[in-house]
Amino acid sequence: MAVMTIAKAINEGLRAALNTHPTALLMGEDIGDLGGVYRVTEGLKAQFGPDRVVDTPLAESGIIGTAIGLALRGYRPICEIQFDGFVFPAFNQITTQLAKIHTRSDGLLTAPVVIRIPYGGGIGSVEHHSESPEALFAHTAGLRIITPSNAHDAYWMIQQAVTCADPVIVFEPKRRYWLKGEVDVSAVPSSPFQAEVLREGTDATIVAYGPLVPVALAAANAAAEDGSSVEVIDLRSISPIDFDTVTTSVLKTGRLLVAHEAPTFGGIGGEIAARITERAFLSLEAPVTRVGGFHLPYPTARTEEHYLPDLDRILHSLDTVLAY
Amino acid sequence: MATPRLPAAEFDAEEQLDAHHLPEFPRDPSGMVQMLTPEGELSGSDFRGYAAAEEELPALYRDMYLIRRFDQESTALQRQGELALWVPMRGQEAAQIGSARAMLAQDYAFPTYREHGVAVARGVAPADLLKLFRGVTNGGWNPKDSNFHLYTLVLAAQCLHAVGYAMGMQRDQLAEQSLPKAATMAYFGDGASSEGDVHEAMVFAASFNAPAVFFCQNNHWAISVPTEVQSRVPLAHRAHGYGFPGIRVDGNDVLAVQAVTRWALDRARNGGGPVLIEAFTYRMSAHTTADDPTKYRLAAEEEQWVSRDPLTRVEHRLRATGTGDDFFRQLEEESVQLAADLRASVLSMEAPGLEHRFATAYAEAHPLIQEELQAWRDYEAGFDVEGGAR
Repeated sequence: MAVMTIAKAINEGLRAALNTHPTALLMGEDIGDLGGVYRVTEGLKAQFGPDRVVDTPLAESGIIGTAIGLALRGYRPICEIQFDGFVFPAFNQITTQLAKIHTRSDGLLTAPVVIRIPYGGGIGSVEHHSESPEALFAHTAGLRIITPSNAHDAYWMIQQAVTCADPVIVFEPKRRYWLKGEVDVSAVPSSPFQAEVLREGTDATIVAYGPLVPVALAAANAAAEDGSSVEVIDLRSISPIDFDTVTTSVLKTGRLLVAHEAPTFGGIGGEIAARITERAFLSLEAPVTRVGGFHLPYPTARTEEHYLPDLDRILHSLDTVLAY
Repeated sequence: MATPRLPAAEFDAEEQLDAHHLPEFPRDPSGMVQMLTPEGELSGSDFRGYAAAEEELPALYRDMYLIRRFDQESTALQRQGELALWVPMRGQEAAQIGSARAMLAQDYAFPTYREHGVAVARGVAPADLLKLFRGVTNGGWNPKDSNFHLYTLVLAAQCLHAVGYAMGMQRDQLAEQSLPKAATMAYFGDGASSEGDVHEAMVFAASFNAPAVFFCQNNHWAISVPTEVQSRVPLAHRAHGYGFPGIRVDGNDVLAVQAVTRWALDRARNGGGPVLIEAFTYRMSAHTTADDPTKYRLAAEEEQWVSRDPLTRVEHRLRATGTGDDFFRQLEEESVQLAADLRASVLSMEAPGLEHRFATAYAEAHPLIQEELQAWRDYEAGFDVEGGAR
């Protein structure tokens, strides 16, 4: 069992994917000699050469659009979008083209493009570098969206994304890039589209994903000191969402809290609340509650700590839920 | 052993900066390549070496004649309520047939939604083109059979696909030298030339020396907005800003279009990099059947272009060189049959139901799709139980 950071785990996962699949190639801005602005692709150009680790022009639509062409030719492009807020120039290619190629061709064509996007805040950065736009993509059928919260998942999920016949967006929790964890490189990985119960409990369930998973676990630990038994689920996949695992948990606990950095309005938490209310209405002891960002453009670095759901805000909402 | 690598693009800044002096390829002094005048006279051209032989002209004429009849019948089908929409291409027959007949089997075309002539020349069944407009599919044919991609309705997106596909061809060629050299064709129009994706496609193609030919049909109107609003310079000139050749060709001259496209494809296949061809043509009909050109352009302009009709000049040439009435009569009979077959095919098209849409949204199994499909089936089954016919 190797211990590595999430960034290193993705790096090793990419290395494994490039070794395993001769048609896989990386595309992105500054991913070559620099190794990406977060060094996630460090050393890969030196190992695999500039034709498989391609420094592209500074043009996100160009990256995704040419990746689609490469995929149609039989390649498996793995694209890096430098920051969450920079994905929007490629939004058209992702939603009107990439997502629809399989259905447009009546199943004759696939477009197995992987898009890596570092996302989320808490890094004290400037505008457009801290956003969580996952719901905007989850609303589009044809895309799959996954997000690891730990090094082991990071290592495997990127490789699983590469083998998927559908386009996959991998949202990488950038403020956790340096979070270390054990990676079992010889494991048989679980499906990336399944949620995982990280901690069992009986009084309430917290569903979180990506950067908020460690915060959710900390909240469960704190609640335990107050005598509450809280189950924590790492959602892992945002599209599709593993509602079965969440439902099973809520049927047991009767209470559900969903936490994400993205604004709650129109977000993934709302979707989970609606579906779980449909599936487990008679078992619910409290309204499904969301903790997330406000209906604001992402705030400035010096104010983001008040915007991001933290331990206290999750505990506050947990108290509300448990009080019913 | 070192991994073989793709050659870098050659770039000579001084040469590229001089937009009007491009010594490495032939160029007509008039600024627009033409080989067959509107009167049907052959004119000299530096591209003569790439032109079709005189005996190939009847086949090119046949292609153009049949696609015009196809276009006319499709318009009629829309007017009769059998198609949701039709996108006419009248006037652009030479640009489409000439460029398509320059491609080799291994080349691959990425169209907009108006490239009916290219499609049929590439081997797509005419009726398959109408499935999209009949509303039974958003595709209609297998692109792998014809190396002609599905129509793209969000214009300009396909230009990047063409460049990416060409980058794949480069890599295939590198891995397997015995593969036939190939190139892509990126079709777009004067309207879409303003889209950012065209710019990005040209940047990527130039930077990676991709074997992609940008084929812009400047048909003068982006629905109701004239080309002057899209560009202050001839569109072909834009290529020089990216560092590759741009050529304006008489888009109503099938010989010139084919010759210039052959030259460009040949150059791209052999590592010369991208070329922009601006086919100077005219959309003689409406943008779509939902459009009314009388609101934005003058009849006089339309009449002016009638005199430059791409079919008329070839007919003049054919008759002048001894092609008899029999050829034209047989072609008319063939076109009538094509129209009848097309109509019969359209009227018998069945839409494959919503189940098929559930089945193709994703390539791999998807729990939400399965859940919603089941819910929909249960809902539909309720009508059967209650005896309602659906």
